[in-house]
Amino acid sequence: MTSEPNLFRIFILVIGMSLVTYIPRALPMLFLKEFRLNPSVENFLKLIPYAALGALIFPEILFSTNHMASSVTGGILAAVVAYFKGNLLIAVVAGIFGTVLYQWLFL
Amino acid sequence: MKRTMLIQGLKAGIPIALGYIPIAIAFGILSRAEEIPIEVSMLMSLTVFAGASQFVAVNLLSLGTGIGEVIVTTFILNFRHFLMSASLFQRIEKNLTMKKLSVLSFGITDETFSLASVTELDHEERLPFNYLFGLMLISFFAWNVGTWIGLFMGNILPTLIQNSMGIALYAMFIGLLVPAVRKSIPLLFVALIAMTAHSLLILLPFLPSLSSGWNVVIATILASFIGTLIIEKEAFQ
Repeated sequence: MTSEPNLFRIFILVIGMSLVTYIPRALPMLFLKEFRLNPSVENFLKLIPYAALGALIFPEILFSTNHMASSVTGGILAAVVAYFKGNLLIAVVAGIFGTVLYQWLFL
Repeated sequence: MKRTMLIQGLKAGIPIALGYIPIAIAFGILSRAEEIPIEVSMLMSLTVFAGASQFVAVNLLSLGTGIGEVIVTTFILNFRHFLMSASLFQRIEKNLTMKKLSVLSFGITDETFSLASVTELDHEERLPFNYLFGLMLISFFAWNVGTWIGLFMGNILPTLIQNSMGIALYAMFIGLLVPAVRKSIPLLFVALIAMTAHSLLILLPFLPSLSSGWNVVIATILASFIGTLIIEKEAFQ
């Protein structure tokens, strides 16, 4: 994969990837102001973060480490900490800690 | 005031950076293992800045998949940012220049979007440019530094830690979602509908098997749509 024509092709590929990733990111930001959104569309857009978080978390979290039970342990610990502490950084650390602890104890 | 907003944004981004570094390291290690030229992997993290699609691209390249197919797959995987961009735009300070908006667009990822969307700042109704810029900058920085570490220092992390780091970003998503749904039953419903819809899209045999990018997009739209129908406006604002 290191010969010259191949390297050139991969560079073209990376440029293509960056374009098809950037364009959907930019279009709404740059052109949405032209329209006045109706209230239900606005409500719909406000719900998207919470729906997206739900869809991003489950079921993928189950396969996020090499062992499902350790992922679940980390996830539950993160949720408990987030519920009672509400601090993001501590929740992340708790999630990692739970997963490491499970793997260390049981695997 | 502007400076403090930038610093506040940088600080707010620390959990994202913490989650990105191990994943970016894994990306670097994988690209090295698949014999992708180092400068290509570095360029990918600099210009694409979208985790899942970079892993998939490296994977497809190693399988000898054609350029066109990799680009289409990248587009499908990352199209969800279109929804996120439209949603986030409603929360950004008004009357920003096109230049500033095009900079912020580049920094939209699942993580920066989620964090920015649930953030409530004191004294500011909408998110200032500097705050978002700081948040995205530290995330972008962590993603690239992590990539270099993975590429040049390889397997320095103990296996136990490597195996466990996959949980970091999910722990962050949980850390963002839980405090929000704790205060609002309707938001809890929306999140649960999205989880269920996503699981069904993967599990049900009679539904066409789509890429994971499309599954997330469809589950998100469906849950937000149902939520909009059943929730009264006052319930979440």
